[in-house]
Amino acid sequence: MAEPVFRTVGLTKYFEASKRSLLSSLVSRSPRAYIKAVDGVDMEVASGEVLALVGESGSGKTTLGRMLATLETVTNGEIYFMNQKVTKKLRKKVRRQVQMVFQNPTDSLDPRMAIKDIVTEPLHKSSVSGQRKDAMFGSALDLVGLDAETFAQRRSRDLSGGQRQRVAIARAIISNPTFIVLDEPTSALDASVQAQVLNLLSRIHDELKLTYLFITHNISVARFISDRIAVMYAGKVIEIGPTEQVITNAKHPYTQALLQSVPTIQTQDIVPPAGEVPSLVNLPSGCRFHPRCPHAMEICKQQEPPLKRIGEVDAACWLY
Amino acid sequence: MLLDVKELRINYGTVYGNLEAVRSLNFSVEKGESVAIVGESGCGKSTLGLAIVRLLPPNATYDGRIVLDGKDVLSLKNNEVRMIRGTDVFMIFQDPLNSLNPVKRVSAQLLEALAIKQRRAGKSFDERATYKDMVEGLTSVRMPDPEVILERYPHQLSGGQIQRVVIAMALLMKPKLLIADEPTSAVDVTIQAQVIRLINELKKEYGMSVLFITHDMAVAYTVADRFLVMYAGELSESGPVNRVVKSPLHPYTEALISSIPTKSRNQGELSTIPGSPPNMLSPPQGCRFHPRCPKAMDICKTENPRYAQRDERILRCHLYG
Repeated sequence: MAEPVFRTVGLTKYFEASKRSLLSSLVSRSPRAYIKAVDGVDMEVASGEVLALVGESGSGKTTLGRMLATLETVTNGEIYFMNQKVTKKLRKKVRRQVQMVFQNPTDSLDPRMAIKDIVTEPLHKSSVSGQRKDAMFGSALDLVGLDAETFAQRRSRDLSGGQRQRVAIARAIISNPTFIVLDEPTSALDASVQAQVLNLLSRIHDELKLTYLFITHNISVARFISDRIAVMYAGKVIEIGPTEQVITNAKHPYTQALLQSVPTIQTQDIVPPAGEVPSLVNLPSGCRFHPRCPHAMEICKQQEPPLKRIGEVDAACWLY
Repeated sequence: MLLDVKELRINYGTVYGNLEAVRSLNFSVEKGESVAIVGESGCGKSTLGLAIVRLLPPNATYDGRIVLDGKDVLSLKNNEVRMIRGTDVFMIFQDPLNSLNPVKRVSAQLLEALAIKQRRAGKSFDERATYKDMVEGLTSVRMPDPEVILERYPHQLSGGQIQRVVIAMALLMKPKLLIADEPTSAVDVTIQAQVIRLINELKKEYGMSVLFITHDMAVAYTVADRFLVMYAGELSESGPVNRVVKSPLHPYTEALISSIPTKSRNQGELSTIPGSPPNMLSPPQGCRFHPRCPKAMDICKTENPRYAQRDERILRCHLYG
């Protein structure tokens, strides 16, 4: 495998479940409750790959992506970027190399700014001349398939959903990053437009030799775009491996259940998993999937399974 | 025939001009049949759902006929329409959080629905029997601890739980027609699978007709017997699901199905539909799909295609006469 762009060790993010005032936190004896959004993730993202992060809402996939983009502080554990530990000091350097594209372009673009100002904003801090900026804007818009001249002075409200997401992608690539976190970039788009944007992202990835962390809940989209898939459940990566392997030969019972509940145009049969997503405040003991797992054993209730290499994938399950 | 829609036309008067949301639409739903209305945003699918329950906003004007179980819905008086909502036709909305009253407990909301149903059936209200019905209703949508859920407020439930409460309500009302407008787009895939399963079971057990509105071809495939594909307010193709999915005839349906990702990007690009859906304030002349259609001919630019029948399907395309 190529050198990792990102490596995480025991990465953890807890959010306080309910805010308390200073006084009540001094007086109250009840322990603080925490939402364990990300709970000990060891993962590597290799240079040049597309890693898809899939899971249900609340599984921590967005929080993990935001931590890599240094938008979220780390509660515990370490992130290494190009083999350097990410500290407060290094944050600036990471931010220059890491960009993010959000789910809903209607919310992530300022409605009062002209497209040109939106796209060139990441260059604001660098000492790029006005002329150079124009050229960079032109080539960024060219890459995403928009005409620079027609769109430069428009506002985002004049654009269709697909065009808006193209603008958001142009903003992410203009500063020449090495790594882009894409948080559900196509789920707010119509079916016919989604395919256009997926093709575009795939082409940009190959042309600019980028590394993607592609966050999505749509397995078909993940299958199309990614080289490897990581499946998250309740804050942990429970299975990670090459895309085709994970999809055709899933090892973890949760991955299997997830795959069976995805509707496709091949079969009319879908099988939902039993039970509800666990509370992230009081996680089940042992393996966090055991209350819903059809293969649960005694050990699953007591001990948390580690990620183990099984064939070509890594899965965290006591069955193996 | 339970639902028959004839030459339906719905316009919205806006400050920018007249918006023709649905144009001369004809279709019907048989008893016990489920029909999926599939289309992109702005194609008029939700407007159609709202028209059947007569919940269109005041700036909407309509003509044509919607006959539901022998009653012409569009010509009913307001108080008569109220009598068919809930018991004849029940609608599940997209956002589950908005469909329950936030300041009332789940029990109060189910009770209200049941009281209405019993009043319309001319029965007297029996509180204990009704409570038992409510618990049974929640159990049949696989809700754990129904007694606890009944005492909760909507904000104490998850999105999937609320959607199941609404489905439980539909089940207690036993409507003749269930309209589900994107009931799963706000919930996760695993919960989506549960909701789809429930709707399929309801259909089988009670012979309920279902009108399932969605933008997702794959979701529609798992629930429906028949597809109705809409584009820019018009019907493009309608027919049995398997025929439509396996051998689509209309160029739009064909493009929509082939743009669903099913392979890896290393095996080549996805096929796409160029451009984006039209601005409905100034839709294209002739066939509304012609600017994006790979098979567009000269006639498509000027003349609106007529309804044609071919291979168990109804089509609206110049390729088929």
